[in-house]
Amino acid sequence: MLIDHPLLGPRDEAEFVILGDAGLIDRPDWQAEDAAQLFHDYLHLRDNPAGEHRELWFHEQGDRSWLVVTRNTLTHEIVRVELARDVAIARGRDR
Amino acid sequence: MRYSALQILRQGLTGNRGWKPVWREPEPKPHYDIVIVGGGGHGLATAYYLAARHGLTNVAVLEKGWLGSGNVGRNTTIVRSNYLLPGNEPFYELSMKLWEGLEQDLNYNAMVSQRGIINLYHSDGQRDAAARRGNAMILAGADAVLLDREAVRKKCPFLDFDNERFPIMGGLWQPRGGTVRHDAVAWGYARGADRQGVDLIQNCEVTGFDIRSGVCRGVETARGTIGADRVAVCVAGSSGRVMGYAGLRLPIESHVLQAFVSEGLKPAIPGVLTFGAGHFYISQSDKGGLVFGGDIDGYNSYAQRGNLPALEHVCEGGMALMPMIGRARVLRIWGGLVDMSMDGSPFIDRTPIDGLFFNGGWNYGGFKATPASGYCYAHLIATGAPHPVAAEMRLDRFERGAPIDERGAGAQPNLH
Repeated sequence: MLIDHPLLGPRDEAEFVILGDAGLIDRPDWQAEDAAQLFHDYLHLRDNPAGEHRELWFHEQGDRSWLVVTRNTLTHEIVRVELARDVAIARGRDR
Repeated sequence: MRYSALQILRQGLTGNRGWKPVWREPEPKPHYDIVIVGGGGHGLATAYYLAARHGLTNVAVLEKGWLGSGNVGRNTTIVRSNYLLPGNEPFYELSMKLWEGLEQDLNYNAMVSQRGIINLYHSDGQRDAAARRGNAMILAGADAVLLDREAVRKKCPFLDFDNERFPIMGGLWQPRGGTVRHDAVAWGYARGADRQGVDLIQNCEVTGFDIRSGVCRGVETARGTIGADRVAVCVAGSSGRVMGYAGLRLPIESHVLQAFVSEGLKPAIPGVLTFGAGHFYISQSDKGGLVFGGDIDGYNSYAQRGNLPALEHVCEGGMALMPMIGRARVLRIWGGLVDMSMDGSPFIDRTPIDGLFFNGGWNYGGFKATPASGYCYAHLIATGAPHPVAAEMRLDRFERGAPIDERGAGAQPNLH
């Protein structure tokens, strides 16, 4: 697979490591009433879709940036690559 | 028809005209006591043990494609019970014991071959860990022998013992481990279940569940609605997709695991070998092909095929362990879908929906578990209580802070 890095252009998948579902960006509020349940779900449960999947990749052998890659799990086709920082800020996180 | 040497002789003398199809091809009935979703090794074994051990025969197995078309036909055929943790090891040892009696039990030749498995170690720390694992195995009734360097050399003189980075110091040997003809396991269980009256229904994809007021009353399929008092899902690899129909999110990701076979070679490799310094394992099939594999690719996938970096990594491991492999040509490569769970261990449990049971999360190790998985799942479905050796394989174990994490990698499925 070639991952089209937003800053560096197409790079081989071997330069990256994958963390998993991009939902990991949305860390629950630790002060919430049901924080224990929220963190259990956040850490352990997955949508695991057959089709488009948003996931976090780390450019370990490159510029060490975190990316959100939208990839089809049925075909391995990569549809979209964004900087994870941009995605996190757009979702209301401060960094 | 019971298979025997006499039967072969009789059929041979009469032109082999008397052989019958191994199982029936029934039309689905409108209602069963138990419907098993998934006609792979685990589903067929479950059906077999429900009938054989619990006398429940008003059972159907629904399979999307043909029987045994999933992971039971796509694995590297290794059986072993060399686990460490008390939540796992007694279960896998039960599986090992069931493998040992399988062919007599099923009256079917599954080519169970206990040629032994050696997990190599390359440092003092790894030796201590191997000794600890061996002791845990022996405590659970399994067999384990700690081999030193010379004992390994005697069995496998072709290994690169003096590798600069990863010298081989010895290995943990389980003599009762080995390989089993994978397709024959599915066929043997299918035949055994069919002979006791279980309906095996192929080309019957399940597309939904009939759930009313929190109770599962049947399944929607490509061939209409089939009612059932109990529905047992057994579709590892696609668990997320199928349980999604019931609105459940699971502690599972689907990944792709590749395997490789070389051209046929003269017998060279005794039993199964695993490299302790990188992820590489190898055995030799009865036809002579080297069957080997390593890590999963690492990303979520339903594609049943992987990519080249995983292949390269596996071959590097092979070259580091046994340089002679460099002359062998890879003949076939394939990928299978595996349920990677959050702690690397499986689930055999009820779900929050009454009448709906779940078996999955087998990671890359489902084949060896086939008999015990079917045995314990049948026990759960028939009695309503988990079998003692599978009592920790619960879906809620993360909430309770009781994962079964052999590797200690935490909730990161692609590291298990």
